[in-house]
Amino acid sequence: MEASEGKSKKPGASRLCCLCNQRRPVLKRPKTLQQICRECFYEVFEEEIHQVIVGNRLFKSGERVAIGASGGKDSTVLAYVLSELNRRHNYGLDLFLLSIDEGITGYRDDSLETVKRNEVQYGLPLQILSYKDLYGWTMDEIVKMIGLKNNCTFCGVFRRQALDRGAALLKVDKLVTGHNADDIAETVLLNILRGDIARLSRCTSITTGEDGPIPRCKPFKYTYEKEIVIYPSLLKLNFDTLTYDIRMLISRSWTTSPPNVSIYSPNAYRGFAREFIKDLERLRPRAILDIIKSGEDFRIATTTKMPEQGTCERCGYISSQKWCKACVLLEGLNRGLPKMGIGRARGGVNGDHKKETKKPPASAAKSLESKQCGSLDF
Amino acid sequence: MACNSSGCESGCYDREKENGRKIEESAVADGVKESVCVKCKCNEPMTFGDGGSDDGRFCAECFRNNVFGKFRLAVTSHAMITPSDNVLVAFSGGSSSRVALQFVHELQIKALKNYEASRDRSLPVFGVGVAFVDESAAYPALSTEMVDAVSWIRSTVTDLSPPAKDLHVVPIESVFGSDSIEARDRLVKLLDSVSDETGKEDLVLHLKMLSLQKVASENGYTRLVVGSCTSRLASHVLTATVKGRGYSLSADIQHVDARWKVPIVLPLRDCIWQEITRLCHLDGFDSLKTLELARHPQSGINDLVSSFVALLQEENPSRECTIVRTAAKLTPFYFNKIPETDDACVPLATQRRLKKFNLKYDGSMTTEAFCAICNGPINGSDSSDLNTFEERGESDALYAACCSSCRFQILPQDRSSLEQFGSSLPHHMTSQVNHHHKVNSQAYLREKIKDCLILDTEEAI
Repeated sequence: MEASEGKSKKPGASRLCCLCNQRRPVLKRPKTLQQICRECFYEVFEEEIHQVIVGNRLFKSGERVAIGASGGKDSTVLAYVLSELNRRHNYGLDLFLLSIDEGITGYRDDSLETVKRNEVQYGLPLQILSYKDLYGWTMDEIVKMIGLKNNCTFCGVFRRQALDRGAALLKVDKLVTGHNADDIAETVLLNILRGDIARLSRCTSITTGEDGPIPRCKPFKYTYEKEIVIYPSLLKLNFDTLTYDIRMLISRSWTTSPPNVSIYSPNAYRGFAREFIKDLERLRPRAILDIIKSGEDFRIATTTKMPEQGTCERCGYISSQKWCKACVLLEGLNRGLPKMGIGRARGGVNGDHKKETKKPPASAAKSLESKQCGSLDF
Repeated sequence: MACNSSGCESGCYDREKENGRKIEESAVADGVKESVCVKCKCNEPMTFGDGGSDDGRFCAECFRNNVFGKFRLAVTSHAMITPSDNVLVAFSGGSSSRVALQFVHELQIKALKNYEASRDRSLPVFGVGVAFVDESAAYPALSTEMVDAVSWIRSTVTDLSPPAKDLHVVPIESVFGSDSIEARDRLVKLLDSVSDETGKEDLVLHLKMLSLQKVASENGYTRLVVGSCTSRLASHVLTATVKGRGYSLSADIQHVDARWKVPIVLPLRDCIWQEITRLCHLDGFDSLKTLELARHPQSGINDLVSSFVALLQEENPSRECTIVRTAAKLTPFYFNKIPETDDACVPLATQRRLKKFNLKYDGSMTTEAFCAICNGPINGSDSSDLNTFEERGESDALYAACCSSCRFQILPQDRSSLEQFGSSLPHHMTSQVNHHHKVNSQAYLREKIKDCLILDTEEAI
């Protein structure tokens, strides 16, 4: 039988999995290009993540851990692997899924469906927090108020904080996200390209915000994106491949800017960097790990000035200004001045008129139907 | 999105403002109907037609002065060339090293003039030599053009006198010994045993540096001038990052690199490739393009990175500078300055300048171990997993003395060929292996008996 297989393959190719030497290999492992069988792939994939978790002491027993779940491949696989490892190695973690619903009609429906299915499949409790819960506004309402221009500012600013706010609301000890090795390598490159030495020094750390209220960690720091795609396809996990595409489509249909705007956007190199990393991986799979290693090894003086991190006076979230961006935008929305906080500072809350706006006017207080974000325990 | 926030750091607002200003400027220029150089305001500006952002703004003279100014500032502020020095310029025939050679030559002429004009003639004029590395043994495709290339180099160097300059044509295999046939064989064997294309390219580069060092120290030179420009260094920053050499990166991109026997200086570090080519165009310099092409195969990590950087530069003309500036913020090593042994020879003005630039060198972060192959400093955490190799044979010692990047892309993976590989390495590299061992054990011993030692400073008290 082996002989017949040998004929169909290239001569000299090994016919047995190079890890167990027993079974037939079904794939070339993206990270090492070893030909391995399905069982060995699961084993090394999960074992590597386990080693990362143990080696970096990511969790303590008894911690309440929220998994940021978007319904995409990374977070779905992360949820599955973490719940498996938690069971297998007795981490003693109280895991649950945390999803954010922006409140855009038709946008999250599919991915939230996926997350709900995951809840049932892996037996992980699911918490869905909407922008309405967190900020008092859905994205649809915001768009109705401010029109098609600039709405991405709101969505982006709110999304960046949403997981942290949600986690604070649900009193979790740690937040895990599905950032993979490709993402981190990309961040290292981008920080070099844009000259951000301070962020370069911290972008490779596996846990961030340890001194803050809710540390975030990335168990997939050394896990290749390709392997994350292979893993569920061999296991037949459910995940929403369309999430990303839909997000792109919707944001495009919302934006009224001319189509060639991205050419002049100062961030056009972001796309180049991603492509570049894919090209590198093709040439030398190890390059992704090497970039992360470089990022960890850079000799950056410990005295390097970090961007000052204060806290928002209003909600307690990290902010470089008096009020965090979300509070500024929210204030604008609630006062019916949605342009506030968009574009260059025009004497907004953080500008010259601080005193004036310090006390929210009565009208604003009235229109805050839901809780103010100040009620969060950061 | 980011541009809307007040904390936007991408500079898009500034750029917008600048664009506005540029438009204004050009409008003014149109109004006058006659464009003049923005610096001297009297000559006609040069147009190069290369699509650069400052095309058509400076006249030829101002442009030239600007580039030369950057060169001179680098030289004086880092004490790269002092009157007592004997400088060897590494000349590959490319544009950058051609410009470096030209500038060093001009500096020398000026020094000579000053010398002749001064009454006491106390400051001698520094000497200049030129070295060209013949790589035909490493790249057989080059051998047909090499004869022409060498004669071209020779005529270029002779044109640059007086003052007369020695030309050293060094075959790359010279690092293996004086017997050229045997040395060539060893080189070919060594390169054949490296399977990774990028690894092979890098190894040739290291060997080239070794042969330059060899000729420099044998002929009594005290500085080695290398014409790497900003663009070249930007590519190096990214290739080093991609190869996992983040730790040693900061050693390679400073103005001065004194870890070698003859310190290397990079006076063109702050000039971008576009400026170099424009200058060559202005001055009518030729370069050995055929040699450049034949030297670089179109595959491998290095080429991928170069094309990536070129793409980025096209998108934003200051990207290369940003990359190099970012990397320059990484803490340099103690050897990234001219050693202070000849303090008296450094002119007072230079000392003041050094103070002004306030170059910080972290003496506490010194590493004593260097990779046996690429001579890059080795990170402590890298060598820590090597102690397991302590009690093994010579091949393991070689493995232990290399950085993780060289281990991957240059060293053969299986043990038997590793031994053979070690034996075909140039003597200099293998001696480094033994040195590495010694340093390690000495440091280890010292660490053990540290608390029993009386330090010099303590004694004084």
